[in-house]
Amino acid sequence: MAEPVLDVRRQLEGEPWVEGPIDDGILNKTLNHFVWKRPGRGWLMLFFLGLAGTAVLVNAIVITIARGIGMWGNNIPVGWAFGIINFVWWIGIGHAGTLISAILLLFQQKWRTSINRFAEAMTLFAVLQAAMFPVLHTGRPWFALYWLFPYPSVQRIWPQFKSPLMWDVFAVSTYFITSLLFWYLGLIPDLAALRDSSSSKRARKVYGIFALGWRGSSRHWHHYKIAYLLLAGLATPLVLSVHTIVSWDFALSILPGWHTTVFPPYFVAGAVFSGFAMVVTLMIPARRYMGLKHVITPRHIEAMCKVMLLTGLIVAYGYAMEHFAAWYSGNGYEEHVFFKTRAQGPYRFIYYLMLFCNICVPQLFWTRWGRRNIYAVWIAAVLINVGMWCERFVIIVTSLHQDFIPSNWAMYYPTWVDFSLLFGTICFFGTLFLLFLKYIPAVANYEMKEFHHELTHEKGLTELEGARP
Amino acid sequence: MEGRLIAAFTTVAKLKETNEDLAEHRGPTLTVHKPQEYRGYRWGMTIDLSRCTGCNACMVACIAENNVPMVGKEQVIRSREMHWLRIDRYFVGDDISNPGVVLQPLMCVHCEYAPCEYVCPVNATVHSDEGLNEMVYNRCVGTRYCSNNCPYKVRRFNFFNYTGSYTDSEKMVFNPDVTVRSRGVMEKCTYCVQRIERARIDTRIAERRIRDGEVLTACQQACPTEAIVFGDLNDPNAKVTRLHHEERGYELLHELGTRPRTVYLARVMNPNPELA
Repeated sequence: MAEPVLDVRRQLEGEPWVEGPIDDGILNKTLNHFVWKRPGRGWLMLFFLGLAGTAVLVNAIVITIARGIGMWGNNIPVGWAFGIINFVWWIGIGHAGTLISAILLLFQQKWRTSINRFAEAMTLFAVLQAAMFPVLHTGRPWFALYWLFPYPSVQRIWPQFKSPLMWDVFAVSTYFITSLLFWYLGLIPDLAALRDSSSSKRARKVYGIFALGWRGSSRHWHHYKIAYLLLAGLATPLVLSVHTIVSWDFALSILPGWHTTVFPPYFVAGAVFSGFAMVVTLMIPARRYMGLKHVITPRHIEAMCKVMLLTGLIVAYGYAMEHFAAWYSGNGYEEHVFFKTRAQGPYRFIYYLMLFCNICVPQLFWTRWGRRNIYAVWIAAVLINVGMWCERFVIIVTSLHQDFIPSNWAMYYPTWVDFSLLFGTICFFGTLFLLFLKYIPAVANYEMKEFHHELTHEKGLTELEGARP
Repeated sequence: MEGRLIAAFTTVAKLKETNEDLAEHRGPTLTVHKPQEYRGYRWGMTIDLSRCTGCNACMVACIAENNVPMVGKEQVIRSREMHWLRIDRYFVGDDISNPGVVLQPLMCVHCEYAPCEYVCPVNATVHSDEGLNEMVYNRCVGTRYCSNNCPYKVRRFNFFNYTGSYTDSEKMVFNPDVTVRSRGVMEKCTYCVQRIERARIDTRIAERRIRDGEVLTACQQACPTEAIVFGDLNDPNAKVTRLHHEERGYELLHELGTRPRTVYLARVMNPNPELA
C-alpha cells in the first residue's frame, strides 16, 4: 500500500530544488569557493572591460556637468529623453531583488533561497545607476542634489510637494536605503563565516568589520530572524510603491500618452518583468561559470520564466488598455499619439520592437522547452530587457515629440553622450556585479544550509508518513 | 493643424457659424477647484489673428526687451531656439499649389490653472496674485518637467551657457531691468513683468491705479497693426476686457481647462472669388 502513495507524492513534488549529494561541508566549499580562489582570467578580463566602460560613463558625466544638458540630444518638445528612459529602465530592473527577497519570503516560496542574494545585489546596483539620472538630467545638478530635499533653508522655500518628481525623491531614496539594509542584513552571517574561514589576516579583518561581531549564538539568530522578517515586511510595500510613484511622473501630467490611469499597475508589472529578465540574464552565465548549478537548478530558471510570463501578460494587458482607452475616449490628441505617432510615426521601428520583445517573446515560456532550454531562456531574457528599454523610449519620446500644437513638433536624436551614459551605466553595473561575485558568496550560504536541513527533515517526515500502513 | 482648433480662421460668409463654434472654446470649464479670486490687477492679453501680418516685429521686440539669447543655426536645427514669442505659420485650404496662410504669434498664455506649476519639484514656477505665471530663475534646477507638461510648449531651456561668452561691450545691449539667465534654467514670456513693475512704481508715487494703456508689453508696442492688446481684465473699460468678450475670441486648447489669460481672436478672411 505504501509504495503507490509515495510515487504519487513524488510526482506532485516536482524536481528537487537542490541537486546532487549535499551536506553543509559541500555547501561551504561550493558556495564560498569563488571568494577564496584567485580571480580567473575570465573574471579579470570582464572586470577590466567593465572598468573601461565605467571610464566612458565618467567621461559622459563630466562633460554633461561641465558643458550642460545641451550635450545630450534633448530639445524643447522632447525635454526628457535618454536620461529619464535610463532612470526608469534601471529602477525597473531594480525591482526583482526586493520582490524575490521580501514578497517571496513572506509567501514562503522555497525557490527564493538560492537566488535572493544575487537578485538583491542586482537590485542595489541597478538602483544606484537609476539614482544617478534624476540628478544628472537637471540643468543645475549641483542645486538639484539638495534642493529637492525638504530642509529648512535660508531661502525659506520648501520643495513643491504637489510635484511627482518630489515624491520620486522620497520613493527612490527610501527604496535604495531599504534594499541596502535588507541586503546587508542578509549578508551578516555569511560575512562572519568568511571571517572565520579566511586564511589571511587582512581578509579576516575586513570581513570582521563588516560582520559586526556576529558570533552565531542562538540569541543572535533569534533577533536576526525577527529583524529580517520585519525588514521584509517593510520592503514589501516598496516593491509596489516605487514604480507606482515613478509612473506618476508621467500619469500626473496632462500630456497625451502619459496621462493614463493604467500606468501604476502596468509599470509595476513591467518593472518586475524587466527585473526578472535581468536576473536571468546574469544568472545563467554566473551559475555556469561559478559552478552553482547544484543550487540554482533548472527548476529555479523555470520558476522565474513563469513570473516573466505572468508579468509579461500584465504588461500586454496594459498596452491593450492604453490603446483601448485612447480609442474609447474619442480624444483626438490621445488617438493621435497611440495610433499615429506610435504606430505610424518616425519612431515606429522602436514601437514594433517593443511589441515584439515584450509581448511575443515571453509567449515562449508557455512551452516546457522554452523554459528548459537555457539558451532560449537567456536570449529571451536579453530581448525582454531590450524591449523594456524600448517601452520607456516609446512612452517618453513619442509622446513628447508630437503633442498638442503641431508647430512645435520636432524630432529627437540622441548624441554620443546619450549613448555613452547608457553604455557606461551598463558597464558600471557590470563592474559592481563582478566585484560582488568575487568578494561575497553569491548564494546565501547559511540560508541554503537551513533550507537543505528543512528539505531533509520534510523528506524524512514524508517517508515516515508514507511508510505508515 | 491636424483638424485641431489652433489658429482659428473663417470667411465673412461663415462668420456667424464660426462664432457659434468658438463659443464652446472660451469661458470656464468644469472644475472641482474653487475659482481663484484676483482682486487688484488681473493681467490679460488678446491677440487678433485678423490683424496679424506675420511681420515678426513682436518677436524681435521681445528678444531685445527680454535679453533673449541668440543660439545659432546648429541649435535652432536641434529645436533649441530661445524665442519667448514665436510666430506659428499654418497653411490652409485645399489647393496645395496656392495655399492660404494663418499666422499665430504664440508665447506663454499665462494659464490660470497652469500645468507647469504643479509639476515643478522646487517651486520655481509659481502664480502671482495678479495671475502671472512667474519663473523664479535662481530657484530653477532645470528638470524641464514644466516644459513637458506645457501644452503650448512655450518654455525655453538654457541647454548651454548661451550668454557666457559675451564681451563687456556686448553686454551693454542687455536690458538692465531683465535678468540674464544662466545655463540650466527654464525661461519663458513674463508678460513683460518688468514693465508692469515700472508702471506700478510710477503710479504708486502718484497714488493711483495703473491706467489702461499705461503698460505696453514689448510685443504690443512693436506691433504695427495693434494685433496684440494687453491690460487689466479687472478694469471693465479696458480695451483688453472688451476684446476678451469678443465673439471671435477663443482660448487656445480650451478643452484642457488651463484657462489661459491670452485670448485669440479668429482670423476672418474675405477672399475675392475671382482671385482666390
